Amino acid sequence: MAEKHIARSRYDHFFCVAGIAVLVLGALLKMCQTVPALEGVKSALNLRRIYDLPIFLIIIGAVMALRGFLASSKHHEGEVVLSRKTFGAFLTNNAILLAMLVLVVVICVLQPRFMQLRVALDILTQSSTRLIIALGICFTLLIAGTDLSAGRMVGLAAVVSASMMQTATYANRFFPDLPQVAVWMPIVIAIAACMVFGALNGFLVAKYDMHPFIATLAVQVIIYGACSLYFDMPPNNSQPIGGVRPDFAALGQMRIFAVEGFQGISILIPIAVVICAIIWFILNKTVFGKNVYAIGGNREAAVVAGINVFACIMGIFILASCLYGIAGVLEAARTAGATNNYGNGYELDAIAACVVGGVSLNGGIGKVSGIVSGVLIFTVIQYGLQFINVSPMWQQVIKGVIIAVAVAIDLTKYRRK
Amino acid sequence: MSEYVLEMRGITKTFPGVKALDNVQLKVRPGTVHALMGENGAGKSTLMKCLFGIYRPDGGEILLDGKPVKINSAREAMDSGIAMIHQELHPIRFRSVMENVWLGRFPGHAGVVDHKAMYEKTKELFDDLGLDVDPLALAGEQSAAILQMMEIARAVSINAKIIIMDEPTSSLSDREVDFLFKIINRLRGEGRAMIYISHKMKEILQIADEVSIMRDGQYVGTWPALGLTTEEIIKQMVGREMTNQFPPRTGAPSDEIVLSVRGLSSPLKHSFQDVSFDLRKGEILGIGGLVGAQRTEFVEALFGLRGIESGSVTKDGKHYRARSPRDAKAHGFALLTEERRATGIFGILPILENTVIANQRNYAHLGVLNEHRRTEEASAGCKELNVKTPSLATLIQDLSGGNQQKVLIARWLLTNSDILILDEPTRGIDVGAKYEIYNIMLQQVSQGKSIIMISSEMPELMGMSDRIMVMCEGRVTGFLEKGQYSQEEIMRLATMFAAHQKDQGQEKQPAAD
Repeated sequence: MAEKHIARSRYDHFFCVAGIAVLVLGALLKMCQTVPALEGVKSALNLRRIYDLPIFLIIIGAVMALRGFLASSKHHEGEVVLSRKTFGAFLTNNAILLAMLVLVVVICVLQPRFMQLRVALDILTQSSTRLIIALGICFTLLIAGTDLSAGRMVGLAAVVSASMMQTATYANRFFPDLPQVAVWMPIVIAIAACMVFGALNGFLVAKYDMHPFIATLAVQVIIYGACSLYFDMPPNNSQPIGGVRPDFAALGQMRIFAVEGFQGISILIPIAVVICAIIWFILNKTVFGKNVYAIGGNREAAVVAGINVFACIMGIFILASCLYGIAGVLEAARTAGATNNYGNGYELDAIAACVVGGVSLNGGIGKVSGIVSGVLIFTVIQYGLQFINVSPMWQQVIKGVIIAVAVAIDLTKYRRK
Repeated sequence: MSEYVLEMRGITKTFPGVKALDNVQLKVRPGTVHALMGENGAGKSTLMKCLFGIYRPDGGEILLDGKPVKINSAREAMDSGIAMIHQELHPIRFRSVMENVWLGRFPGHAGVVDHKAMYEKTKELFDDLGLDVDPLALAGEQSAAILQMMEIARAVSINAKIIIMDEPTSSLSDREVDFLFKIINRLRGEGRAMIYISHKMKEILQIADEVSIMRDGQYVGTWPALGLTTEEIIKQMVGREMTNQFPPRTGAPSDEIVLSVRGLSSPLKHSFQDVSFDLRKGEILGIGGLVGAQRTEFVEALFGLRGIESGSVTKDGKHYRARSPRDAKAHGFALLTEERRATGIFGILPILENTVIANQRNYAHLGVLNEHRRTEEASAGCKELNVKTPSLATLIQDLSGGNQQKVLIARWLLTNSDILILDEPTRGIDVGAKYEIYNIMLQQVSQGKSIIMISSEMPELMGMSDRIMVMCEGRVTGFLEKGQYSQEEIMRLATMFAAHQKDQGQEKQPAAD
């Protein structure tokens, strides 16, 4: 087997150089597209057909160069081995990402309109609330549990927040006499309602050692019932909630950095990024996060080490429900409405995304970066397949295959030789 | 300052059906290594778990520095300056070494972990102990020896006054043991007390200051290690009275050899190696040894549950190698497993199902079961073994341990196996049921079947076996013929640890299952 050893510094340099090359290529293409003097080149190369590819190239190049630069400034020693073995390891470690990349390229070839900044931003926007839910559910997966109540909590938060956020002039108000309250109040109430049920989840699991599958299944049904009762209260009587106040809807619909010719970035994206950063911090930098990994990795050892398992499990379910609550509020704001069926089945999508992102259902293994890519993969595939007019039925089949294949590949990593 | 850093007085602990600890005492002086010895099941680990807050004793008191304390959890034990290095090491495999060391006590402020401080403290701790391990390496990738040292580092880091070490050398090579002893000597010099549980006489006499011995859940006595001999320790460990607990053996095994094992070795270096013996028709072969002697692993390999690297087995003159328990069953083997609850009974199924499960195929025609024959044979089998139950529909988990065991034996008798492997057949069952099981064993051998019996109970081993094979660390250390039996001799063979062990700490240990 051919093996090639390369000094790490050279390896990092390669990244720097390649990144800069891609960046320059992107910049050149962009120039050809925009500078009127180069109109001839543009039409000769049919550059209109590549849409925003130059911008993507610039971004990709910048990220590559930055990565190489950061890596080379950190460590200089060691070697990188390039051989069939390390190549194979690279393939298995990144199989799903690579498959997604291939798919994206195929879609781009079939339908060049896919290469638009607008499409990328759409994908990120659609991923935002899903990501928040997945980040919540990952805590319960990390302790080898699960949370089936996630979707219904999203619905609960959506209904509760929207019900208090209707315009004064709307005919079908949920609370006809409710004054125009400050925006934060219904949000806090909605999230708190979720956290109460989250605490119930945690209590059942921690106190009675109930399997999370059962505990959260029970709570899921309770939440749906309770939410429907609330939704059915007169005068609303199970009418979909509409007439949502614009200041509330802005939470999910506002676009920032919108300029002439650019529609802007949805506010959902920065919200998801901030939450992502917070969760990453909790998992990696706090005692609570470490305890979550410890309990998931080896519960006995955690008990013997004197970790307060009860408090930790309670914390996990309450934190998770808080995230579902946030997601629910954002969903209500984004769609400017709510019904009691909001969020139905979201938990399974979130679990699938976590699992595809490398979170182990046996507990103790999982990273935020994995969850982010897991969520993105599903959105990209869904969006991309729609883009090239693949029927929704086939989309389902493909989605299922991805889950099975991703987990099978992931498990081979941990299988003992 | 009191004379003893730790005093345990009158500790009693009862588990359902068993009195695990009966009025046990232990007194440990500061700055000493106190060895705690006894046979398997003597109650050493139970006593230590009481001290560490994992079990709550039913009676008795614990005094630290002369002051009575109540220890209700591992956390409280650690807060009172007690650290325990557990016999079975289970690190959190996918986390770093340093996280395992500081688990439960991460350095930091307001719930935020200070990784830099943790790294530096770990580095300092490891340097201090002379350990060359990267604190950031994954715990799951470390050898057993390094994990052991990691646990010791952990005990040192909580500044424990009392460090409990339960079989700390069981997975260490000689060189690593020397290293461990160097650390122990240093800790002793700092005035810490260590409670050292081990079966290895040589180590005890080398490192211990005092030796306390337990037997059958009771305290026997404490002696200064200086001047104590291996023979004396063994005598105190096994010195119980022999009473007539066994039915008389009538008849003798024939000369016909039914099973012949030659040089059977496991692919795992620390497991059984080079096991050879012959089993005759109508013979009861006892296998003696301590925990970790790999006896269970050996019989499981014979039954097709574990891999075999080399060696041969001949059954009835034909070559035999079991690839699965199905295979073994087809060749006339039966295995009564050690862990009745985990791998024996189907607790929530009725006795009927539990009895016929290994023989189900014979009651089926085209996959449809003949209910009549099933019931008939199960009831005949249970009757023959005198299983005390209201009906075959009773759930097996509602029976006593002894009756459960009889059902399991009935299960294997239905398969018409001619080699019965019984792994601790009377563990955790009462005296009366034991006697019945002994009777069944004798009845079976008189019908021409052969039995291989693993037992950790000396009297049972000597009372029932026609011959005893003793194992230690996976090797056969000797055979004893009937008439040569003595507890001292068995104990001597069971503690014949190899002088030169393989440096197994150097190679990567396979991850624990």
